[in-house]
Amino acid sequence: MKLVIAIIKPFKLDEVRDALAAIGVQGMTVSEVRGFGRQKGQTEIYRGAEYTMTMVPKMKLEIAVPAGLVPAVVETVQHTARTGQIGDGKLFVLDLEQVLRIRTGETNDEAL
Amino acid sequence: MISVRRIGAGFGALALSAFAAAPAFAQAAAAAPTVNKGDTAWMMTSSLLVLMMIVPGLALFYGGLARTKNMLSVMTQVGAVAALTMLVWVGWGYAEAFGDGGGEYIASFSKALLHGVSPTTTAATFTTGVALPEYVFVCFQMTFAAITVALVLGSVVERMKFSAVMVFAVLWLTIVYFPIAHMVWASNGKFFTKGALDYAGGTVVHINSGVSALVACLILGKRIGYPKEPMPPHSLTMTGIGTGLLWVGWFGFNAGSALEANGAAGLAMINTFVATASAGLAWMLTERVTGHKGSALGFCSGIIAGLVAVTPAAGNSGPLGAIVLGAVASVVCFFAVTKLKPKLGYDDALDTFGIHGIGGMIGAMGTGIVYSAALGGPSPDGWSMGHQLWVQAQTVGTTILWAAVGTAVSIYAAKLATGLRVSPDVEREGLDLGEHGERAYNM
Repeated sequence: MKLVIAIIKPFKLDEVRDALAAIGVQGMTVSEVRGFGRQKGQTEIYRGAEYTMTMVPKMKLEIAVPAGLVPAVVETVQHTARTGQIGDGKLFVLDLEQVLRIRTGETNDEAL
Repeated sequence: MISVRRIGAGFGALALSAFAAAPAFAQAAAAAPTVNKGDTAWMMTSSLLVLMMIVPGLALFYGGLARTKNMLSVMTQVGAVAALTMLVWVGWGYAEAFGDGGGEYIASFSKALLHGVSPTTTAATFTTGVALPEYVFVCFQMTFAAITVALVLGSVVERMKFSAVMVFAVLWLTIVYFPIAHMVWASNGKFFTKGALDYAGGTVVHINSGVSALVACLILGKRIGYPKEPMPPHSLTMTGIGTGLLWVGWFGFNAGSALEANGAAGLAMINTFVATASAGLAWMLTERVTGHKGSALGFCSGIIAGLVAVTPAAGNSGPLGAIVLGAVASVVCFFAVTKLKPKLGYDDALDTFGIHGIGGMIGAMGTGIVYSAALGGPSPDGWSMGHQLWVQAQTVGTTILWAAVGTAVSIYAAKLATGLRVSPDVEREGLDLGEHGERAYNM
């Protein structure tokens, strides 16, 4: 079992979600996050006061999948979330130790 | 009959001289005035429109510009000083500003606690023989006092104690607002008798609140972190809603100042549309010309600048003059807010001085120009622009001085009574929790 964490541009969320559902991903958790990488922040101006926003808004997707599905997930996210511009985001794959479905008590692969 | 005059002074001076020259008119004036139901309904509506400018209009406009942690404190301060003003108004405000007798600075206090006011007493309008029920006039003027003191708070939000705000409001109304309202609008007031033009309160409301805001924030000091830390508005959506409510409500303010539902109110109405429209666009254009994007906050700021500038000119200008006046005020306010303020370094948090003070001065002086019949205004024959501008300048100068001194006295007195400023910890945590024990958004 693996946990895939994808940081993507907010407007790509629906596209990525649909593409992942199409390859058999059963669920994901999404949060609005802010952060920085190589992409520079943007300048905002309110009545002449300039603020450089160094944290850029992104979407964080957490997707727990069986190990076998990981290559497809990675490929799909990379394919759909990409614009080719700086700031497209990053993807992390982590080992997943244990999974439990709270309602039924099922564990691990059965719970995914 | 109770003779209460509250006049966009050009009309008043004009009417008085006309009576002197025409005895037939004088006889008509002696007849008992009649109350017109249409006028009365319009003035009751106008009073409520001005209330809507305060809550929720100004509360949302200012609240959106503040940071999340101070949203409730801004809204509460605006609402609470408005409520307090209503009580003070009944107590002695109306008597001090518009009561019988008195001198050129204040009226006598004989109408304190609205003594002698009843459903059958009336207040004069600009038309001989047409009057308003006095209670309606009392309500209309009450809302003006309430919004003016609430406007002042824009410069001191995010750091002034709630208790200090309340103490300041009572003192400031008493020694600044009521006397200036009397001077400009009462028939025996200092500037009224000189023929100053202030249709709906450019000096009384806007220069007054703007200058007071500047003095108050200078004494109070900057917010912790200003100007190094970013302090962007927490919700321009709220500010946009507030702007819309202010614009709509301003028709009660300006067109209501005709005191009747007639052509003069119609003139004030069209001017309140078009001066504002040109000012909103002019601010965005100025942003573009100076190398930035035309912004939503810029549009809102321009709208307010235009409304402020057209306030003294509403019934004293033709529509074309109002369009030019709105645009000029908007551009000047833009530079006051974006260049002058950072250069001088004062922390007028929500730009009350930059927009109401500066816009009010442009409006007051500009009214002396656009009043000219040559520019489409309603000036009578023999009117002199030079003389008018001199009268306007004297009125503006005296208002600035009076407001500055009166505000300093009020703020220092509030400091003695309450300590004036919240502790640094409360300021950092936000006044919502520190002063009111609540949070604006529990999400």
